[in-house]
Amino acid sequence: MIQVSNLTKRYAGRTAVDDISFTVARGEIVGLLGPNGAGKSTTMRVLSGFMPATSGTVRVAGFDVFHDADETRRRIGYMPENNPLHPEMRVREYLKFRARLKGLGWRKSRERVTTVMEQCGLTDVGRRIIGQLSKGYKQRVGLADALVHEPELIILDEPTIGLDPHQIRSVRALIKSLAGKHTVLISTHILPEVEMMCGRVLIMFDGRVLASDTPENLQRRMAGGSQVIAEIAAPLETLRAVWENLPEVAQFDVSAGEGEFVRCALTPRDGQDLRPLIFHLVRENGWVMRELTRSRHSLEDIYIQVTKPTTEEIE
Amino acid sequence: MRIFWTLLRRELGTFFLSLTGYVIIAAVSLIVGSTFVMLIHNMGTKPFAMPVTQLFFNSFMYWLLVILVAPAITMRLFALEKASGTFETLMTTAVGDLQVVAAKFSAAVIFYMMTWLPTLAGLVIIQRFTNQPKLDLGAVGGMYLGIFLSGCLFLAVGCLASSLTKSQMVAAVVSLAVGVILFILAYMAQVLPDAATAQTEVLYYFNLFKHMEDFTRGVVDTRTVIFYASATFLCLFLTLRVVESRRWK
Repeated sequence: MIQVSNLTKRYAGRTAVDDISFTVARGEIVGLLGPNGAGKSTTMRVLSGFMPATSGTVRVAGFDVFHDADETRRRIGYMPENNPLHPEMRVREYLKFRARLKGLGWRKSRERVTTVMEQCGLTDVGRRIIGQLSKGYKQRVGLADALVHEPELIILDEPTIGLDPHQIRSVRALIKSLAGKHTVLISTHILPEVEMMCGRVLIMFDGRVLASDTPENLQRRMAGGSQVIAEIAAPLETLRAVWENLPEVAQFDVSAGEGEFVRCALTPRDGQDLRPLIFHLVRENGWVMRELTRSRHSLEDIYIQVTKPTTEEIE
Repeated sequence: MRIFWTLLRRELGTFFLSLTGYVIIAAVSLIVGSTFVMLIHNMGTKPFAMPVTQLFFNSFMYWLLVILVAPAITMRLFALEKASGTFETLMTTAVGDLQVVAAKFSAAVIFYMMTWLPTLAGLVIIQRFTNQPKLDLGAVGGMYLGIFLSGCLFLAVGCLASSLTKSQMVAAVVSLAVGVILFILAYMAQVLPDAATAQTEVLYYFNLFKHMEDFTRGVVDTRTVIFYASATFLCLFLTLRVVESRRWK
């Protein structure tokens, strides 16, 4: 659906996006993750056809966004950062205006506006003035606008920024419901959001794409560093000897815990799951165990790890 | 074309959805109305040789109004959309740059002409209730043509100023400054001696007062019409280039 190859965007004297390439397949929900100023918005602006790239090509549904702007614009629903709307207009009036601008006929635009208003839960506020709506509703108006011409690709720049948890939840649910029918590209710097909504993550930093994978794969890739914590009631020395003799354990750390329990932190070799092994060991020896957990790396750890070296360089 | 009408309707509607539109209409009505009252007062009961249309536009009042009203109408057009970000949503739909510029300018001109509608009442009053000579339709038509042409020029300058910046304030100040410069040029052309030097030849084209005087007498000089039309198109062409410039590499 999207093919970005060697995209570079320079503003006067500053490189915002530096030679990035990625593809997004039809029907995917892809999250563009990165700190502020990483080049997410710039990438999206180029994708939407608002600005040209300095070099490189961007194709949407096979059309070049710069040379076939009319074809690509028809296929893209774009909600820019901060969701700009006309505050003096009424919701229904605004959506109809937008539908007409996107080339829909009179009858068709009326039909589509009714549909997207239902889809986005705006039916009750159709007559309200946009400027008087709550932020959550405004965000839905922005989403409805992006959807109104039935685009194949939806580009949303920070769709949940500045919303309260309830509103975030409903906007997320709305975006999730788009999966399958549309291809969605979302930018955010909120990590759990990506984990919840996206099938794939692109981590951007300093104008480059540093990682691109499913959230699960990214976590698996990091699993080599994940630890298993076990609290077992057994003599400390015995445990130390047991871990030392286990070939599956790469690293371990035992410390006396509460009462007779000993806290063991074990790092597996080759990302193996140690938990069944530990269970059998405990059962064979007749020990008492009260905790057995694997501390998974959250996307946050990955994100921090991926973006760390460069952050330090800057500082 | 369909998109042009949609845009035009919204742009025009915006004048009436915000306070600005009504403030402009009220201000113009107030100034035009009070000028009219003074005019009636001065005329007394005896018939005047000059057409009434010319009497009214002999004052600087008209130019004061145009210079002030044009920036007030146009400052919002591009600058507000750029500042609020709606310019981005607008330009990523199926609209073309030319459609946007044409729709915004047309809306400004239509609104501007609407603010002059109350003058019609003044003409009717003079016709019906005074013993002035019968109004010459040519003079009335010339007056409105003059209002239209000079308005187009000042509004086009305003469009250009608004397209250049994100700040409505800067747009207003720039178009006001250009308006004042045009006014000063016109004033110089008016007061300088009629010697046939190159400077006065050029200045002649900027003699806005003379232009308006001709129009209100019902004299339509092609040179004047071409001056206003070409200057308007130049400003609009530059506006279009500015709007396009975001796509330059």
